[in-house]
Amino acid sequence: MKTNQKYTLESRRYIIIGAVILSALIFIIRLFYLQIVDGEYKQWADSNAFLKKTLYPSRGMIYDRNGQLLVYNQPAYDVMLIMREIQPFDTLDFCQTVGITKAQFDKRITDIKNRRLNPGYSSYVPQVFMNQLSAQDYGVLQEKLYKFPGFYIQNRTLREYEYANAAHLLGNIGEVNKQDIERDNYYVQSDYSGRSGVERSYENVLRGEKGVEILLRDAHGRTQGKYEDGRHDVNPVSGKNLTLSVDIDLQAYGEMLMQNKIGSIVMIEPSTGEILCMVSAPSFNPGMLVGRQRGRNHALLEKDPLNPLFDRTLMGIYPPGSTFKPAMGLVYLQEGVISEDTYYSCSYGYPVLGGKPACHGHASPLSLIPAISTSCNSYFCWGLRDMLDSRRRYSSVQEGLDIWKDHLVSMGYGYRLGVDLPGEKAGYIPNSKTYDKIYNGRWSSSTIISVAIGQGEILATPLQICNISAEIANRGYFYTPHIVSRIQDNDLDTMYTNRRYTTVERSHYESIAAGMRSAVTSGTCRGAALPDIAVCGKTGTAENPHGKDHSLFMGFAPYEQPKAAIAVLVENAGFGATYAVPIAKLMLQKYFSGEIAPENKYLEERIVNTVLLPKNVLNVL
Amino acid sequence: MSYRKANIWKTADWITILLYLVMVAAGWFSICGASYDYDSLGWFNPSGRPGSQLVWISLSFVLVFIIMMLESDFYNVFSYIIYALIILLLIATIFLAPDIKGSHSWLVFGPLRLQPAEFAKFATALAIAKLMSSYGFNLTKSRDFLIILALIFLPLLCILLQKETGSALVFLAFFFVLYREGMTGYVLLTGLCAMTFFVISTKYSDVVSGITPLGELITLSIIQAMLIVLTYIKQRGSLLLNILLGIVAASLLIAYVVSLFIPVNFVWAVIGMILASSCYLIFLSIKQWVWHHLLVILFAALSVGFLYSVDYVFDEMLEPHQQMRIKVTLGLEDDPGGAGYNVNQSKIAIGSGGLTGKGFLNGTQTKLKYVPEQDTDFIFCTVGEEEGFLGASAVLVLFAVFIIRLINLAEKQKTVFARVYGYSVASIFFFHLLINIGMVTGITPVIGIPLPFFSYGGSSLWGFTILLFIFLRLDASRKER
Repeated sequence: MKTNQKYTLESRRYIIIGAVILSALIFIIRLFYLQIVDGEYKQWADSNAFLKKTLYPSRGMIYDRNGQLLVYNQPAYDVMLIMREIQPFDTLDFCQTVGITKAQFDKRITDIKNRRLNPGYSSYVPQVFMNQLSAQDYGVLQEKLYKFPGFYIQNRTLREYEYANAAHLLGNIGEVNKQDIERDNYYVQSDYSGRSGVERSYENVLRGEKGVEILLRDAHGRTQGKYEDGRHDVNPVSGKNLTLSVDIDLQAYGEMLMQNKIGSIVMIEPSTGEILCMVSAPSFNPGMLVGRQRGRNHALLEKDPLNPLFDRTLMGIYPPGSTFKPAMGLVYLQEGVISEDTYYSCSYGYPVLGGKPACHGHASPLSLIPAISTSCNSYFCWGLRDMLDSRRRYSSVQEGLDIWKDHLVSMGYGYRLGVDLPGEKAGYIPNSKTYDKIYNGRWSSSTIISVAIGQGEILATPLQICNISAEIANRGYFYTPHIVSRIQDNDLDTMYTNRRYTTVERSHYESIAAGMRSAVTSGTCRGAALPDIAVCGKTGTAENPHGKDHSLFMGFAPYEQPKAAIAVLVENAGFGATYAVPIAKLMLQKYFSGEIAPENKYLEERIVNTVLLPKNVLNVL
Repeated sequence: MSYRKANIWKTADWITILLYLVMVAAGWFSICGASYDYDSLGWFNPSGRPGSQLVWISLSFVLVFIIMMLESDFYNVFSYIIYALIILLLIATIFLAPDIKGSHSWLVFGPLRLQPAEFAKFATALAIAKLMSSYGFNLTKSRDFLIILALIFLPLLCILLQKETGSALVFLAFFFVLYREGMTGYVLLTGLCAMTFFVISTKYSDVVSGITPLGELITLSIIQAMLIVLTYIKQRGSLLLNILLGIVAASLLIAYVVSLFIPVNFVWAVIGMILASSCYLIFLSIKQWVWHHLLVILFAALSVGFLYSVDYVFDEMLEPHQQMRIKVTLGLEDDPGGAGYNVNQSKIAIGSGGLTGKGFLNGTQTKLKYVPEQDTDFIFCTVGEEEGFLGASAVLVLFAVFIIRLINLAEKQKTVFARVYGYSVASIFFFHLLINIGMVTGITPVIGIPLPFFSYGGSSLWGFTILLFIFLRLDASRKER
């Protein structure tokens, strides 16, 4: 039996060998059919071959909230060539037509053939010889093209900007790089994609879908018409249009006010979370980054010591200074540390630590609303002490600080808000572990007292500061700030249409709003008051270790049913009241009235003419 | 020492080595053809593909030398360790490998890219050979069989997780080895049936005659036919056969008569046949106490179950691009711009070769870069286009001779270890040939695996060289003793 079984197993090799021979036979029969019986394939290859020509869609256009066209397309033409199809031609005539020298022509040809520079090179495949030919050059070249066999024209579109503003928001497009191609197989070499701003964050919506035209060509490369009358062609699908929530006039006005200054203005409509304007100064004309001069201009902007490419509204992180106090007040109220009627004393400074942090002259003791109104440092230091150092509320100072942090995070601090623009920074709110590490586990409110007044480790972006103001305007919730209010044929991500409630109750927000209203009527930001609109606000001064302090303002208006929230930050400008407050006042008036009242014209002129740049930069200029 | 070395080269199987050298050389010329361009870099420039393949080939000769110089016991003793190391490497690759066109299977060291999956084949073959040669091992014991399955499926799963479905499927080749070593043939038969049912029922799923879905009808008819054949093989009683055929005739007659009056779904007739035949076989197995009949019924039941779960598997468990590839192969979907484009271009390139081909370096289809991956997975196109039917058939014959030679060598081995390993080598080459040529000629779906020794790439060339020469080393010492 055993040997018998062994024998049968050994004989199994014939079955396996049979399978091998059978498969080889099947393949050979298949080859016979493909190569000899069926002449169709041979015909295909002998006289016909496909030329797949990409049809580029037009990119979606961009409008502002009032339907003003901001960005549109203009045709541009790339000169392509297929190396193998070139026949002797009048090189000089060609060079003159497209406006280059013979030397440039020769260099370009060598570069195309160099596989190190151009790894995908094949003499059979169209290569970009020159991109973005102007319309005039295109016209002339088109007429003469029959003289230059091997050269073709590929239609493209470039971006054109109606206004010289909003460069950071709109962003720009540029050629895709190797990583883009690897990540997304939609792209091929020399395609364009959004590199920054809305162009980048809405790339998938704006770009549309490429189409393809399948042409037939013979063995000599000549096209012989469409393959099966274009039955397999795919038409390109245009990109979707975008409507921004930005008011371009307001944006332009803000950029004018901020000229020769460094800083940001952000305005948000609290009832929707739509961003009304987002000014980052210094800025530049978005038209600079279009066309053939893009590379040179980009390099120039990169070298500029003021870094105009940097969008300070969401990439700049600053200590929020006194604009942090309303948020601190909210945490204290929610945790029951204070009520609206809690009084603390102040003697030109925080008494517990011998008058530090210092404060200015005002009535003492005082309650919450006057404390916000006069921006009393001591009040919020006392609050932090009562919150963290009393063991009745929390078992440890660590627990207290982490609860404090959780409230702030719910208000939008310390993490990215999720705005629909690339590059947003998270800011920073420390937690107990941070301090345990720094102070070896032994610390109290006195050790970290500067966080009470928005200094120390606290960092926020101007967008986050404006968002807090929108949330106080709404009395306890906000919408994730966003710049695109409508996408053609598409709905907005629910992330931008759902309310985000904070962990603080609505009633506490009323007290804080009252404090901010009082600051404008009788406190530190009287300069922001407008005759017909109840403005609420809070000034701030952010300490700057590198020079003069940054001037800050956050606010909203009107007091009831607010329509706009605002944050202004001017770098190296000193106290909040000096520059940030009047800028905010002008922006709010522009937004609510559409124009500046005659009595404020002198103020506008003064702001526009003020130069606030660091000394070393001024020397260079 | 010098005595032993001399012996090794003398006892080595030079016919196989010669076949290897011929294939590597033919492969290199094909790569030259596939990447040739009028103004290309020349064949020996290492930054071009022919040049860099030449570097890989030279390095694999070094590998051959090292493998042949090692003691043959080395492979036996270290087989588990090699297997364990490769598995660790495979797992690490899942996490370390960058995303290259959706696959996570390449380890990148500067300019060098290695695909550990290519080395898992010989490691798994070693581990299986070691286990099956261990004392007391018996494939028919379910415990031993499960361990073998684990050894095969562990690397397979790792490679699936690297999103390299093609390389993962190669491990199914080990079932040929298991079959040779005593696994019941029903496993292979079931696999073959499953594939047939899948193809037929998917291909004809939307074709309806009257109110009868043809895909179902054909598949169910095959199941009924298998049922009869399997029963007949075991028990050649004419009565039994007559009764079964009678059931078929009766079912068809009833269905036909009924269809004269109302439209009939003939699927019900065939299901009726299968049910009637099964009942009869159950009756027989109880009466005669023959287990075999129950197995046949089990087969029928599983087949029917498989048929009705195909749609679910196809729609729910396969990725859209895999569904598309299968549909294109079955001719259900015509998509010359997408999944079908590759195969279509591949068929045009091969078809245009004619009887004698266009001549070396004269292929226009491959040169115009119409065929994607023309120097890796689709290298056979270049052979077909430039060398024609004669050249392509010669390559197939070469492969068949090579694989049969390996099988015969494996049978000659005196140790179970060497025999199992030899069969593994032959099976892996066979599987690669089957899937790769099937894909290129449009018979099987597009599953990206290389053609051994022909496709461009260092990892696969090294992988196959190591796989082959370990066996030749084991074989050489067989004659030594």
